[in-house]
Amino acid sequence: MKKLMKLVLVAIVIAGVSAFTISKKQVREGYKVGDVATDFKLPNIDGKMVSLSNFKDAKGFIITFTCNTCPYAVAYEDRIEALNKKYASQGYPVIAIMPNNVEVKPGDSMDAMKARAQEKGFTFPYLMDTNQKIYPQYGATKTPHIYILEKTKGGNIVKYIGAIDDNYQDATKVKTKYVENAVDALLKGKDIEIKETKAIGCSIKV
Amino acid sequence: MVVLLVVLFISCKGETKQGSPALERDSNVVTKELEVYDFEGLEKFLTKEDHKTYVVNFWATWCAPCVKELPYFEKLHQAYGAKQVEVVLVSLDFPNQYEKRLKPFIVEHKLQSKVVVLNDVDSNAWIPKVSAEWSGAIPATLIYNKSKRQFYEQSFNYDELKNEVDKFLK
Repeated sequence: MKKLMKLVLVAIVIAGVSAFTISKKQVREGYKVGDVATDFKLPNIDGKMVSLSNFKDAKGFIITFTCNTCPYAVAYEDRIEALNKKYASQGYPVIAIMPNNVEVKPGDSMDAMKARAQEKGFTFPYLMDTNQKIYPQYGATKTPHIYILEKTKGGNIVKYIGAIDDNYQDATKVKTKYVENAVDALLKGKDIEIKETKAIGCSIKV
Repeated sequence: MVVLLVVLFISCKGETKQGSPALERDSNVVTKELEVYDFEGLEKFLTKEDHKTYVVNFWATWCAPCVKELPYFEKLHQAYGAKQVEVVLVSLDFPNQYEKRLKPFIVEHKLQSKVVVLNDVDSNAWIPKVSAEWSGAIPATLIYNKSKRQFYEQSFNYDELKNEVDKFLK
């Protein structure tokens, strides 16, 4: 009995300590593969509000948390545009969301987003997570950070979380195109082989 | 394209050389080449089993919160060197920034801690080897010694950093 009490005490202490350390860290909650993702209503660079429910014909979405100011995000700009060109017509449009606090990163302001989109000829919506309420629900921690959603009767289900591919430095040297493979599998009704990947990115600025 | 890159590279080198004479007296860093590793090469800095405590910080010159916290790691390096604490700053700058940005940054900020560079594009393969907890965002820091290991995907101020390191010295 004493032993049990000791164990319980130890467990309480550990729980207390870990609760403390977790609270100090950045938001680590968020979606796992299989979860239903929330819709949102966020301002686009064209001044309109955009929600996933606006895309009646979509089969799903390539949600891309990205920004102007992170070198990793910039390295992927052309590839994000290429994803939209390839998959929007097949029912999987790219929806880009800029999650940073623009007071910390003025280079990610709505005006800067507009300018960058024009310069690069983005054809996808480039939204701002104005109140920084959406990215924590998804569990995005960095830019770029991708969530592929599949539209079902039960909502938009998270099917893939992570990186676009395995070479941020050189698009011509990519060996595995994680996002393309995942969307291709969804379009064919097959299982996604790699459902989650890790990549370096810039922490989202709060 | 390759020619363009070569030209760019050479012109960058030229720039650094012009700037170097005035800088050479500051520290020995300038004359040294950067230590660039792939993950296999970097692993030795993450797995030492001697009597020291290692504070390994992942950063880049373009990462504002990383640059902000660098002085605290430098201060720790100064204050805790005698306590057998070693700071290793792992730069994730892109290769095309080594000459024009990273080297001048090291010199300008007179970095005294050991700086190494990680150049390994297959991050999905190596991020989990640093820590299963790491989503990949920087700044991030690993503190370890032969009996304890903890990973932090967060920014530090000096007191926070010192408090964490103290836990490893008990």
